Amino acid sequence: MKMKAWNKSTKSNLITYGMVIAAYVIMEILMKAGMVSSLLQGLLVPLCTYVILAVSLNLVVGISGELSLGHAGFMCVGAFASAFFSNYTKEAITVSGLRFFLAILIGAAVAALFGFLIGIPVLRLRGDYLAIVTLAFGEIIKNVINVIFLGHDSKGFHISFKDAFSMNMEPDGEVLINGPQGITGTPHDSSFLIGVILILITLFIVINMVNSRTGRAIMAIRDNRIAAESVGIHITKYKLLAFTVSASLAGVAGVLYAHNLSTLAAQPKNFGYNMSIMILVFVVLGGIGNIRGSIIAAVVLTLLPELLRSLNDYRMLMYAVVLIATMIFTSSPGGQAFRERYSLKALLGQKKQEKEAK
Amino acid sequence: MKKKALSLLLACAMTFSLAACGGKGGETEAPAADNAETEAPAEAGNDAEAGDDAEAPAASDGAVIKIGGIGPTTGGASAYGIAVQRGMEIAVEEINGAGGIGGVQIELNFQDDEHDPEKSVNAYNTLKDWGMQVLIGSVTSNPCIAVAEQTYNDNMFQLTPSGTAVKCVQYDNAFRMCFSDPNQGLESAKYIGENGLATKVAVIYDSSDPYSVGIYEAFRAEAANQNIEIVSDAAFTADNRTDFSTAVQGAKNAGAELLYMPFYYTEASLVLAECSKQSYAPLFFGVDGMDGILSVENFDASLAEDLMYMAPFVANSDDEMVKSFVGKYQEKYGEIPNQFAADAYDCVYVVKAAMEEAGVTADMDASAICDALKTAMTSITFDGITGKGISWEASGEPNKAPLIVQIKGGEGVAL
Repeated sequence: MKMKAWNKSTKSNLITYGMVIAAYVIMEILMKAGMVSSLLQGLLVPLCTYVILAVSLNLVVGISGELSLGHAGFMCVGAFASAFFSNYTKEAITVSGLRFFLAILIGAAVAALFGFLIGIPVLRLRGDYLAIVTLAFGEIIKNVINVIFLGHDSKGFHISFKDAFSMNMEPDGEVLINGPQGITGTPHDSSFLIGVILILITLFIVINMVNSRTGRAIMAIRDNRIAAESVGIHITKYKLLAFTVSASLAGVAGVLYAHNLSTLAAQPKNFGYNMSIMILVFVVLGGIGNIRGSIIAAVVLTLLPELLRSLNDYRMLMYAVVLIATMIFTSSPGGQAFRERYSLKALLGQKKQEKEAK
Repeated sequence: MKKKALSLLLACAMTFSLAACGGKGGETEAPAADNAETEAPAEAGNDAEAGDDAEAPAASDGAVIKIGGIGPTTGGASAYGIAVQRGMEIAVEEINGAGGIGGVQIELNFQDDEHDPEKSVNAYNTLKDWGMQVLIGSVTSNPCIAVAEQTYNDNMFQLTPSGTAVKCVQYDNAFRMCFSDPNQGLESAKYIGENGLATKVAVIYDSSDPYSVGIYEAFRAEAANQNIEIVSDAAFTADNRTDFSTAVQGAKNAGAELLYMPFYYTEASLVLAECSKQSYAPLFFGVDGMDGILSVENFDASLAEDLMYMAPFVANSDDEMVKSFVGKYQEKYGEIPNQFAADAYDCVYVVKAAMEEAGVTADMDASAICDALKTAMTSITFDGITGKGISWEASGEPNKAPLIVQIKGGEGVAL
């Protein structure tokens, strides 16, 4: 009876939280039982990273209706800011939990700052400008980080945009950010538990925002800008709010990423254009505006290439085939007709409800 | 409705992928995943066996030594990964043909990492599931550092054929076959200084590539000791590596007698062409990335005449071992092996030598093998195709004499 009292969206949201928690519990049990391969254990933290990225981008693309092509850039900013902090305070703060907590805050704050700065001019405009500017931001930030040399010695910080020599450090100095070589030796603070907690926090922020007055205002802007403006909604403010929150969550994902690997370098491979597009693919494939879909798509599409390792070079081909097949199945008229004819409801009836709840 | 249909499709896709893998490897079929999100991947470990890189037929009693390899076989750095994979395959074939290591056959499994640290760790975990006992890899530096962290935690012996960054071998379980970046910079500065090649040197380097920056920094540090003056330095980046006119102009105006080029041969061919266009003819000095410059398409090989570079390996050497390796490589893959292939080939033999020294048997687990090999590595002396009498420090660095190659009459000649 109580379920009925809740409205539809609350129920759907609870399912989303439940899904994440269930996934965590199942994985923990399987790991305790020793049934999980090393590959999967190694993939757990990256999976959390990509889920957070997908959910945060969905806030911009799905809820706010803007196109951001630079999410990897925000991730990169968050990753470098936090990795720099963790490396610098490695000796000073020995409690890894506390250090990581601070690192997350720093990563989120720095990414939010960049999101805010970029949003101020761009979100006032209409059309595809945000896509263009974020795309440029992603590429620029990668190159900027690649020329930063930052070291620390007894005299304090030294910075150079040329090479490690120009910093003129004392012999006892330590190079913290070494240009294209990036940051190495970041403590391994990320764990699956922290990843899942961060996913839940991300979901909490995004879902509550969507279902609040703010979220309704943001969606009103997305659906009809003029109508929204006419009822007194401050367009730039709400758009900026959504974008900044999204950027800061991407920064959190970057923190998780940086503390999972001992080496962090801004290469086209991990923070480039392709990464941004990959996150966008998670969002589009999972359903624009559909948070739960983003989670599932991020998990499946991250796992897919790894599970297909045995196909060697053909695995990326398979990946593409799966993407195209999903698009056809979900969006083309033929696919929709097919789905209606063989609807899950008819085939599985009540069963699928249980499955979904699981 | 829509998302339910989607999740079913994705579940199907994953089940299909599992079935496909399981079938290929002849392994027990992975149970169909009823929950695409969480349970399917748990079965994935079984599939690792399906890697088709395994060369060796298992010995009759089933005991094999499992050697894993990691490197980029797809993506921008694939040329290096593929070369390493091929070099290893040839060595494994030879060793197995000659009776294996102490009578035990070797099985090789090479995994792709797309030159990405995260993927490299995934590849490492895949190999661990497969039962790898010794790791040869990763091929490129940053992925190698990430994997080294894992091998150190697992106490897995690691030998990288070509991870040149200093931190690749920062732990005691990791060794390398190639020169480190600083070592190359240091040796080239020494060579230039001691042979009095030049006192005014211009440097062009790739500031977005750790390899290039690492070498340049060490070169610069040593140049001061060798009485070499760096009169001009110009950086380019991965996004901006087609036009070198300003960099060459700068070197020319500064009156440099020697142009030091610590980067790969594709860009070097452009620099050489630009110098010829500006009729600027200093001495050219490169590092091991220069190996392969004569094979660049549409490149006038005469421009590279007299170019000197450091190389661990010369394909047209008279050495018997090199000849045999190059012959086999050419026969099998139709091209001349580069230094990556040579380093990888030697790596397999180094593992063999160290294993024989330590008396490793196939039934030992990876951690025990690692402990045995760690000590054995420092006591062996190795003669291979990338050098003779190579020995290793406990720090993981090889002691081998650098080889300077000069291009004469269209081919590389060791000086």
